[in-house]
Amino acid sequence: MDEIEEILDLLRENARLSVEDISAMTKKTPDEVRAIIKKLEDSGIIMKYAAIVNPEKDGEAKDKVCAEIEIQVTPERDRGFDAIADRIYRFPQVKSLYLMSGGYDLKVIIEGDSLKEVAFFVSSKLSTLEGVRSTKTHFILKTYKENDIVYVEQERDNREGVTA
Amino acid sequence: MNTREDRFSRKMLATPPSGIRKFFDLIIGRDDIISLGVGEPDFPTPWSLREEAFYHLEKGQTSYTSNWGLLELREQIAKYLERFGMYYSPKNEVLVTIGGSEAVDAVLRTILNPGDEIIVCEPCYVSYQPLAELCDAKLIHLDTSVNGFYPTAQQIEDVITPNTKALMLCSPSNPTGRIIPADELAKIAEVVKKHRIWCISDEIYCELIYDGRKHVSIGSFPGMKDYAIVINGFSKAFAMTGWRIGYMAAPAELTQEVCKLHQYSTICAPIMSQYAAIEGLKNGWNEVERMRVSYQQRRNLMYKAFIDMGLPCTEPEGAFYLFPDIRSTGLTSEEFATQLIEKYQVAVVPGSCFGKGGEGFIRCCYATEISKIKVAVSHIADMVKELRK
Repeated sequence: MDEIEEILDLLRENARLSVEDISAMTKKTPDEVRAIIKKLEDSGIIMKYAAIVNPEKDGEAKDKVCAEIEIQVTPERDRGFDAIADRIYRFPQVKSLYLMSGGYDLKVIIEGDSLKEVAFFVSSKLSTLEGVRSTKTHFILKTYKENDIVYVEQERDNREGVTA
Repeated sequence: MNTREDRFSRKMLATPPSGIRKFFDLIIGRDDIISLGVGEPDFPTPWSLREEAFYHLEKGQTSYTSNWGLLELREQIAKYLERFGMYYSPKNEVLVTIGGSEAVDAVLRTILNPGDEIIVCEPCYVSYQPLAELCDAKLIHLDTSVNGFYPTAQQIEDVITPNTKALMLCSPSNPTGRIIPADELAKIAEVVKKHRIWCISDEIYCELIYDGRKHVSIGSFPGMKDYAIVINGFSKAFAMTGWRIGYMAAPAELTQEVCKLHQYSTICAPIMSQYAAIEGLKNGWNEVERMRVSYQQRRNLMYKAFIDMGLPCTEPEGAFYLFPDIRSTGLTSEEFATQLIEKYQVAVVPGSCFGKGGEGFIRCCYATEISKIKVAVSHIADMVKELRK
């Protein structure tokens, strides 16, 4: 495996792994590991290190309302979908934004404090943007898995010692 | 109550329980212990394999299979063995068994007559010696510790007699993780052919091999097909220990005989396990590689920790065990392991459980969470420091 990819994979799994542990695990000197991580950070490949919070367990996140909104838009002559996407993702309520193939163009994930707040945001901010032809709102009821993280179960080591 | 004095088989009464078992009995019910004692992956079986088993269960495919195993599975196994340059007919040279363990037992019972000598390269997995003894074979214990824990052709040649029937190899090795280098394996193959003995090769760890090395099977050397009995399985590579599925590959005349025993004692391997194994061989390789890389990283981490605490250790090329030398502490491996559980809440297996050459070493399994490995090795370092005061 590519040495940079190996370090990236280790950090993807646990961003708090120490340089010393990464060094031991990859058989590189701590200085080499530091240099590789710095390069990854400087070039923007590693953008930041953040905690993954289980929304079911965090008091505040628990009451948030999430919706997925499918938007059909009329692309602009020179900038295609980018111009309108650019206007949408700047709203702090927008968690994710994707350009899609198929029956609609943009998929937006919105988070708000209440159903009302999300509905208001869609009707007053998104639908009214120039170029937006239609929106379809689907509320998210439960998150089972997101970005490789399964929220609904915990991994446990259930091995019983045997004679192998 | 039956009070007859001979109500049990004398041979079974004379068979000791596994020494590993004894150590697990010490930690049963204690959740304060970090165990480096287990001999299995810490990953669950990859989902697509589990899902394949559900699919066939749902369709009601819950019957026996052919005694030999599903033909599709044997075909996949034969195709897999071709990767290593071995060519076996799926029809009558590949037998699907209840894990590699059953294959070891069935093969030994098929080839050994009372008084036959079998050379066992030790330290080794705990089942070989008792199973051979149950066949009234004479065990020739070959101590590989004198050579960094793999046997040499010369060592083997030195103990061969006219009564030698078989040689038992395991590479990569449990408990040491060492592999027999290809050039040594080639020489061993020559010895095997010269004396026309069986070579039982337990290759259960062959996918867990590190630093870009490639597995070489003794069965792949010219002319070895007549002498090699290759045993392998899905437990380690595909994290399928609980499914109990493995296989053996050998010339038809032998495999047919083994199959007789297999059909009388087991009928066949569980059908759902066989379907999952087919899925593994067809589509499971990305997952195998992902797990392999993770073991390699954890091996590196634990190996460095032992070197740092001053316990000599050969870096293992495969499997998921380290076998550090604890002789400098002045304790026997059993004393060391017992103290480690009692005072430092870490379980390892004393090397003495694995036969000749194992005394003075401990087996530590690194198929364990990184955070636990770190705590465990720091406790072991504390104990070593204390003992050296």
